Amino acid sequence: MAAEEHAIDALGQFKLTTALGPLGASVNFTQSNLMMLIAGGLILALMYFGARPQAVVPGRLQALAEMAYEGIRNMCLDQIGAEGRTFFPFVFTLFMFVLIGNLLGLLPFSFTYTSHIAVTLSLALTVIVLVTLVALKIHGLHFFSYFFPKGAPLLLAPIIIPVEIISYLSRPVSLSIRLFANMVAGHVMFEVFASFILMMAASHALGSFGVVGAVGPMVLNVALMGFELLVAFLQAYVFAILTCIYLHDAVHLH
Amino acid sequence: MRSALPEELGVNERMAEDKGQNGSFEQRLASARRKQGLDEAADGSKQSGADNSSLGVGLRVGVELVSAIVVAVAIGWWLDRWLHTTPFLIILFVLLGGAAGIANIWRLVGPKK
Repeated sequence: MAAEEHAIDALGQFKLTTALGPLGASVNFTQSNLMMLIAGGLILALMYFGARPQAVVPGRLQALAEMAYEGIRNMCLDQIGAEGRTFFPFVFTLFMFVLIGNLLGLLPFSFTYTSHIAVTLSLALTVIVLVTLVALKIHGLHFFSYFFPKGAPLLLAPIIIPVEIISYLSRPVSLSIRLFANMVAGHVMFEVFASFILMMAASHALGSFGVVGAVGPMVLNVALMGFELLVAFLQAYVFAILTCIYLHDAVHLH
Repeated sequence: MRSALPEELGVNERMAEDKGQNGSFEQRLASARRKQGLDEAADGSKQSGADNSSLGVGLRVGVELVSAIVVAVAIGWWLDRWLHTTPFLIILFVLLGGAAGIANIWRLVGPKK
């Protein structure tokens, strides 16, 4: 009787367990990995079945695939410039992986792999390593002038250079914390309000009034679901657009 | 993600309307090329702020400040352990991290160049 203990286990949902039975257990294949595979499969299926009809007036699936494709392509071109075409496949993959991960997590009995800092930090580090390599390839050692803006007084160099380096290194951290924290916060709120429903409905003190009162947190959870749908899109979008902005900095150096 | 779909429909409609007339073909080709980024944009108004929705900016500001301090503290702690200078470098780096966080936020909300 979890409801009687007045304990809300809000973080238990993020615990990793092995999936696919004894085979998965023997190689530590977690439900997080399983969701990633499902997400990858869904993205491939969306793009394959969305691109196949090639109708002039697109159907629903084709419209979805085209909207995702064109939205991200326009974002790349707007933010990075003409070079954005080179990075479009990377940004698109990243966006779709994060978006589908966020959305899959909203389904009951599923798991949100973007709610683990290990996953989001890996994605963010991939981005930052790529950005640094691109900048080094295009600008060579001139890249390091990024840490000391032109025109700043030389006297301030001992302050500006460490601050700029810290600022640069904080990018993967802020990128990963933002996504991970948003996902965790949303799912913890779901769990807390869902626990309120059970607690109120099962409460002896409130009696039948508790059952009526339990409608309150339930309505809140429904509204929260709408909000979380927005957050799922927004965070995937922010992740992708920040990648674009960092790539812009790498290509153009200020 | 601006309205990619209506744009596309608009192009399709226009193509249906004036097919056969080559009068505006060059214009349409030019605009399509510009959209694909094949030509340089004529106007320099390409630079748009990241996401101007206040919700997006609000969610970013706090994280930017915190993450800069987190990184600075990590660097300071690690340097202190390495150089046996506890606690002076971590104090210095907390200050630098705060400055870096403010710099991050200034870059986010400050006037665009």
